[in-house]
Amino acid sequence: MNETARTALLIGATSDIGCAIARQLVADGWSLQLAARDPKRLQRIAEDLQARSGTAVVQHRCDVLGEDHGVALLDALEVLPQLAICVVGLLGDQTASERDNQAAAQVMRSNYVGPALLMGALASRFQERGSGTLVGVSSMAGERGRASNYVYGSAKAGFSAFLSGLRNRCAASGVHVVTVKPGFVRTRMTEAMDLPAALTATPEEVAVAVVRAIRRRRDVVYVRRIWRCIALVLRAIPEPLFKRLRL
Amino acid sequence: MAAGNTQLGGWGRHPVLDCRVEHLREPEDVQRLLERNGTLIPRGAGRAYGDAALNRNLTLSTLAMDRMQAFDPETGLLTCESGVMLADILDAFVPRGWFPPVVPGTKFVTVGGMIAADVHGKNHHRDGSFGTHVVSLSLALADGRTLLCSRSQHAELFRATVGGMGLTGIILSASFRLQRIETAFVSAEAVAASNLDETMALFEESEQAPYSVAWIDCLARGAQRGRSLLMRGDFMARAGLPRRLARDPLRRAPGTRLTVPFDAPSALLSRTSIGLYNALHYHRERALGAARPVHFNDFFFPLDGIGAWNRLYGRRGFVQYQCVLPHAESSPGLAALLQRVARAQEPCFLATLKLLGAPGDGMMSFPLQGYTLTLDVPMRAGTLALLRELDATTLAHGGRVYLAKDACQSKDHMRQGYPSSEAFSELRAALGGPGPKFASALSERLEL
Repeated sequence: MNETARTALLIGATSDIGCAIARQLVADGWSLQLAARDPKRLQRIAEDLQARSGTAVVQHRCDVLGEDHGVALLDALEVLPQLAICVVGLLGDQTASERDNQAAAQVMRSNYVGPALLMGALASRFQERGSGTLVGVSSMAGERGRASNYVYGSAKAGFSAFLSGLRNRCAASGVHVVTVKPGFVRTRMTEAMDLPAALTATPEEVAVAVVRAIRRRRDVVYVRRIWRCIALVLRAIPEPLFKRLRL
Repeated sequence: MAAGNTQLGGWGRHPVLDCRVEHLREPEDVQRLLERNGTLIPRGAGRAYGDAALNRNLTLSTLAMDRMQAFDPETGLLTCESGVMLADILDAFVPRGWFPPVVPGTKFVTVGGMIAADVHGKNHHRDGSFGTHVVSLSLALADGRTLLCSRSQHAELFRATVGGMGLTGIILSASFRLQRIETAFVSAEAVAASNLDETMALFEESEQAPYSVAWIDCLARGAQRGRSLLMRGDFMARAGLPRRLARDPLRRAPGTRLTVPFDAPSALLSRTSIGLYNALHYHRERALGAARPVHFNDFFFPLDGIGAWNRLYGRRGFVQYQCVLPHAESSPGLAALLQRVARAQEPCFLATLKLLGAPGDGMMSFPLQGYTLTLDVPMRAGTLALLRELDATTLAHGGRVYLAKDACQSKDHMRQGYPSSEAFSELRAALGGPGPKFASALSERLEL
């Protein structure tokens, strides 16, 4: 295998899920290109991966909220990776988003506009080459808009739809697209929330599921199986009833 | 860094206290946390059995500080944050041919926890405790300073922190040397001894074996008191490996397969069931005898195969009693302890004996040159009284009780067992403002 064949790009590497995926990938022998916004935290994570694996890790600064939506990253890459994973996201605060359009726009750009444009640009390069795997970490929140988090949810719904379209577009060209909908995950993003233990995965579980999905060329994966059932139920409830539920 | 109050206990689940728990994620956050009112204690994986990592006011988890920082393949020197788990180090480094200098009986401990308890392993008689191998550590103090401590820099603070149960400050990171291994397999041998004298003679005879520990049947009485199985071993060279293992000589440990999903009924571990188990175990292992290759994970961490095994003891939890007796007092002392335990109404499931070597330089470190006995005792009505009797016997023979296991001993017992404890308390008092900033339910109980 050549260098490209085992090189993976991870965007949003400093998130808890990103960090767990990175550790899983180096343990599996991948060479990593990490991209994130905060250079100091990225440096710590890169050092960790280097100490664990004994191989060098490349660091890139990338901000999907920037003017270029982070796409300049692609020109900075020395090799076009075989695998690209996007874990970028921002939960935000639903009530703040309802009051303040700036806050809402930030959530939409962080979860939809930025990640989608970046994945789109990567898909084009992968298609040109004729190979590659793209993984987008979306969310169960995108399955249906709910009062408690529909700003975040709608952006994730957009991202899920974008990934599904991308998968459709790339299917004939040898480029594979995976959508990950993790359900609840115990991370910094959710640590203030009281999450039900049986439904809540660890970042390590998500990482294992992602790596397995890549190997098996799966299309859409839920980390804990129960979430596939929850998704079915959520989608099946008729709207006249759904709108009256407190969700 | 968000938080909440949690019913928190140690691994023995006695005591359980309502503690405010927060997570330390980045070294920069320490400052803000130290400015809070009241005391705090850092907590790693929560594998201390008693009350060492509990503070109602603020228990600060270091589990998110889990990044390795540097590894030098020339010298084996690993530097990592204090929340890194031993299991992670094994996963990353065994396939590369490296093994930690000392491992305790579980791999689900953090580096910070191993230093704070100055843990020992099956190789203590040769290689000393974990602290012996720590080259330096970075310690956040109550006054906001972060100091790099070693045997040459801030040496007194270093000696107080190794084995200091988290009471001197927050260990942020540490450096220690890994050692080379050719394979992940230990050539392990079980030798049976039919009483205490034989067991001790076997230990002295096995001093050349890098790893040794004895499993004791503590229900055996009279002439059979102290009958045991001594396990000894050493890492295997690649050339000695059978062909079926040689294909992947440095394989990682498999994931945990079993777990105990709920609290077992307290009657599960009765005198009869344990006696039966002990007899079966003794006779089965006795038959196995000769040295055979065992994966390091099974050799060092047999109980890690069952997640949350502490639940087997039911809701009331259990106490792990571990003491060490100086060499000269070991024979009469152990006989007295085993005699008392065999008479007890509270049957003891697991008992292990280990010969320890020269003590390290930690002020509050547990090891002494002599024998250490470990007993798991289910928490029942009479348990506390039993423990007090064991404490008295230990002290009468010049021994001490391990703070990482302890939930019950009195402050007077502790002071007699740890002659440096006064100097330790003075050093801590000098570190903080009006009173020590770092405190735990253990330090309050023992008035450390």
